[in-house]
Amino acid sequence: MSENGFQHGHNTNKTILNTSISGAIILIVGMLSLIVSVGLSIAYGAADIKISTVWDAFSEFDANVASHQIIREIRMPRAIGASLVGAFLAVSGAVMQGLTRNPLASPSIMGVTDGAAFALVVTLAFYPAASLVGLSFSSFIGAGLGVILVFMIGSFSKGGLTPVKLALAGVAVGSMLSAISSAIALHTQVAKNMSFWYAGGLTSTNWLSIKILLIAGGIGLLLAMYISKSITILSLGEEVSKGLGQNTFLVKVLGIIVVLLLTGAAVSVAGAVGFIGLVIPHITRFIIGSDYRWIIPISAVLGALLLVLADIAARIVNAPFETPVGAITAVIGVPFFLYLARGERRGL
Amino acid sequence: MNNEKLKQKRFTFTMSLLAILILILFIISLNMGVVRIAPLDVFKTLFGMGSPRDELVLVDFRLPRMLLALVIGAALAVSGAILQGVSKNDLADPGILGINTGAGFAVILFIYFFQGSMNNVSTFGILLMPLFALMGAVTAAFLIYALAWKKGIDPVRLILVGIGVNSGFGAVIIIFQLKMNPQDFMQAAVWLSGDIWGANWKFVSIISPLILLLLPFAFYKSHVLNLLNLGDQVAIGLGIRVERERRFLLLVAVALAGFGVAAGGGIAFLGLVAPHIAKRLMGPKHQMFLPVTALLGSLLLLVADTLGKNILAPTEIPVGIVVAILSAPYFIYLLMKAK
Repeated sequence: MSENGFQHGHNTNKTILNTSISGAIILIVGMLSLIVSVGLSIAYGAADIKISTVWDAFSEFDANVASHQIIREIRMPRAIGASLVGAFLAVSGAVMQGLTRNPLASPSIMGVTDGAAFALVVTLAFYPAASLVGLSFSSFIGAGLGVILVFMIGSFSKGGLTPVKLALAGVAVGSMLSAISSAIALHTQVAKNMSFWYAGGLTSTNWLSIKILLIAGGIGLLLAMYISKSITILSLGEEVSKGLGQNTFLVKVLGIIVVLLLTGAAVSVAGAVGFIGLVIPHITRFIIGSDYRWIIPISAVLGALLLVLADIAARIVNAPFETPVGAITAVIGVPFFLYLARGERRGL
Repeated sequence: MNNEKLKQKRFTFTMSLLAILILILFIISLNMGVVRIAPLDVFKTLFGMGSPRDELVLVDFRLPRMLLALVIGAALAVSGAILQGVSKNDLADPGILGINTGAGFAVILFIYFFQGSMNNVSTFGILLMPLFALMGAVTAAFLIYALAWKKGIDPVRLILVGIGVNSGFGAVIIIFQLKMNPQDFMQAAVWLSGDIWGANWKFVSIISPLILLLLPFAFYKSHVLNLLNLGDQVAIGLGIRVERERRFLLLVAVALAGFGVAAGGGIAFLGLVAPHIAKRLMGPKHQMFLPVTALLGSLLLLVADTLGKNILAPTEIPVGIVVAILSAPYFIYLLMKAK
């Protein structure tokens, strides 16, 4: 990753122009594919609905038509929720990888999802009547707890946060938090509600969850775009960043806030959906290079696309039953993780 | 020479101390639980003179479970020690590497397809389960070894690949778990994080001989483990067939972990923590440090099981959860200290 950075360190004007053109093309193609997939996602389901009906539900909505109701109240929020969650997780992973210059950094590996799930279990156990907004808030706090623990372990350890340390710290924090959550869940008998958070799913997405996603995640996305240039510089190395007069500490703090907002929102709606935050930023960097002003929006679009498609696959693979979408993303993500783990350019 | 004698003395002392601690804890644990039984009654019952109720609780419920805790603890601890020796990586553990999850996956598959429910596993099923666990563990180990192989095994790559394989198995397990009914789901989840569940004599009589046969074998290989520690070049120079011995030892470690999982579920970190403490006490020589590791593993798992049964009574906290809560901080400490 950092090597890529150096390659692009002596950019000529021509390559900058090329990056802009190809970036714009990828964004447009990505957006178009996303719209098509969202359409497919709305059309596909237990009740057969034609694409033309999907269109009608927007253009001439009729509250008396059952399929229009299904589209508006169940399928649309689900498809939109999937794209938002996918986008947020991908951007969150991209920001983490940029900040830590660590190719394995991503929400599921950094204990974020386990932290959020932990907070949710605690909330459900001690305050069962918690509203969706309350649950989202607690998952933010939990996500924060996970990140801070993993980061602290990294920064206090000898030799800093190497990829393998990050992965192990994530495993350790993750298994400790999930052990405590299991103990609490068993004791207070909220165990059944827990299954969802570990499997990940978009079944229960409704308009309220979309609102939560839009508010928290929207702020996160804007902030991510705002610091994208600084992340590009930081990803070249701490010294470079300081040498160019950048307030590295401030960038890191803002970056962590971005990660918290995006991951917290995503996890509170969809549970533990792993690997999107790991895979998408790598693919994006592979296509577009190391400029985070492009990496962030393209990651968002590709992440959204991936999760919408994975959600469709989750409904098709074993119809009429739903396969947990987290399992689908893992099927894609695990080989990718293994590939990275075997890679030469790990900079360990 | 004097130094050697001193070490031998220290070894004998540590071993007897651990044995005594285990014995004391065993007796304490026998009379603790939802039904409390006075120490005197415990002895009476053990010698066949107790009341029928005490006999039921002690002989049919507590005793097999505690015996299983002892053998599983030793198995996982020694498995971790061997893995650390073979991979030359202090942070190796059957749980972290994904071997436990592989075994767990096979057992979940077996229960899902052949038994229907976690609650009524047949006698024949109990016989087959260790076999399935072993196959799962071996499959996982083979996958990790093959995927981490790149002109040799690099310790860091091995761990990273292990973590990846671990989450892969985890994802597949979730698919099957979600197809079970809610009760089974939770039971499977608990079991995957470590729970001595089939605590009856049938289980004890199948699992413990397997583990008790493998342990001395591991001790017997101490010499090879010592030499492997010196590095491949030296070991080859001293006439060890390195790659062959390494695979062989790996198989022993994987089998120990597999049998441990069949009886106790995916208990993580025990295989990491016990060898570390043992190494601190005894130094790196495997002849002394492996037996101490085994006893420490038994002791730790018995402590965890006793705590889990009593700390939030009447809820029983599964032993794996207690182990994780207690030893994850220690693991993190080791992680921070490692270069």
